[in-house]
Amino acid sequence: MSRTSRGARQRLLALSSRQHIEAHWGALGALPDHRCVRGPETGMAMLKGRTGGTGNAFHLGEMTLTRASVVLDDGTLGHGWVCGRDHRHAELIALADAVAQLAEWQETLETRVLAPLAAELAERQRRDAATAAATRVDFFTLVRGE
Amino acid sequence: MYVAVKGGEQAIANAHRWLADRRRGDRDRPELEVAQIGDQLRLAVDRVMSEASLYDPELAALAFKQASGDLTEAVFLLRAYRTTLPRLAVSEPLDTANMRIERRISATYKDIPGGQILGPTYDYTHRLLDFLQLAGAEVPPAETRDDVTDAEPCPPILELLNDEGLVEQEVDDGREPSDITRDPPDYPMERAARLQMLARGDEGYLLALGYSTQRGYGRNHPFAGEIRLGQVEVEIHVDEWDETICVGEIALSECQMINQFGGSREAAPQFTRGYGLAFGHNERKTMAMALVDRALRAEELGEPISGPAQQAEFVLAHADSVDASGFVSHLKLPHYVDFQSELDLLRRLRREHATRQAELDSARDTAGPQQEER
Repeated sequence: MSRTSRGARQRLLALSSRQHIEAHWGALGALPDHRCVRGPETGMAMLKGRTGGTGNAFHLGEMTLTRASVVLDDGTLGHGWVCGRDHRHAELIALADAVAQLAEWQETLETRVLAPLAAELAERQRRDAATAAATRVDFFTLVRGE
Repeated sequence: MYVAVKGGEQAIANAHRWLADRRRGDRDRPELEVAQIGDQLRLAVDRVMSEASLYDPELAALAFKQASGDLTEAVFLLRAYRTTLPRLAVSEPLDTANMRIERRISATYKDIPGGQILGPTYDYTHRLLDFLQLAGAEVPPAETRDDVTDAEPCPPILELLNDEGLVEQEVDDGREPSDITRDPPDYPMERAARLQMLARGDEGYLLALGYSTQRGYGRNHPFAGEIRLGQVEVEIHVDEWDETICVGEIALSECQMINQFGGSREAAPQFTRGYGLAFGHNERKTMAMALVDRALRAEELGEPISGPAQQAEFVLAHADSVDASGFVSHLKLPHYVDFQSELDLLRRLRREHATRQAELDSARDTAGPQQEER
């Protein structure tokens, strides 16, 4: 099984709800003990837009952002970030980041957690696209005269 | 001179208790849950987030509930909460071209790649009250079109027009935008700072100003080139990995307005643009914002400044509902001493007026008849 890159895993876990992650998390079994070395803490990220979508950046406004850093018993560090204020969500992402660095956990993490979450995310996005597609206008032209 | 006014503590406590009681309403009915507001009153939630300038649907729903549905009060609550949080990151510019589209329409081109997608819109509804909702009728789930396996790409429409150079291009020159939450506004204001102020501006105010340009007070001949609503991923750069990562996605509304021509001796005539961007589903807000953004470019584009919507300092200094309601509301604070001094002044002026009047009258009494005799 191919390994999910660190950035792709962070993205997948941030786009998945905490409830979805926890639903699969139990399949990992007993994880190494960990403690939080930073946070979980909630602050803000200032979001930038672009003038006209492509031009100079401007500050649009802020959003809540939570980050966490954990350390495993053996000293492995993991980091996680997620929009919103869910401390446990950020901690789970950081923990996944730490565990993913341990060879003995990689496959379980991939197959039991990341793969099903990726499938769920893809299905959710497909459903959203299908719902939007149902509101797509099919134009027809009325032919007048002969 | 300041005079401390004390008292009213019990009255205030009881007033707040009554407010909470009113907010709770009839105890025989279930209490409104914050999650229900986030779910079922989401356009109100989006407006609160947008004008509070803080994206957090749950907190915006809480603010809306706490404010008993008073949007301006809810915006104030969320804006105030914002000040309690540290800033952990600044995002990469949001890539609206890669939005997961929920709605995307153009009033300038009918056949566009990706198509016209109406999304969950109030457009084309008949604006007739739906009494079925009063009766609590079941609502069928949204229709889906399952032959669609993947969303067809929806490229930004204005980029398509750019092939012929008909529309001015927005190009990033790499300039770092100022931040009105850190640097006090300074006039004349660069466009980036104007957009930041407009993005948090009161929708009703911007709507009125945008409308005024349509009615002729700074006309700029707008077309809705493209409006898109949907989800956009947020990316931040993190030092820990020296990498740009995705931390989630947020709902955004964007309006690209195309306006009548600019040009000069050197530059060929081309369409000009106005831009609107806001949190959540805030279509009307982004349209109004785009109209006002374009109006505020009057000086840059060499247009006469004739309408209120074109006057940057006037428009921007009064756009924020927290500022505006704060200053209007302060009139309710005790002004007893202020008012007392005004009363004293007024009484003195009236006494002086009466004295002057009496002198004039007596002068007329003595001088008047003599004048008649002449």
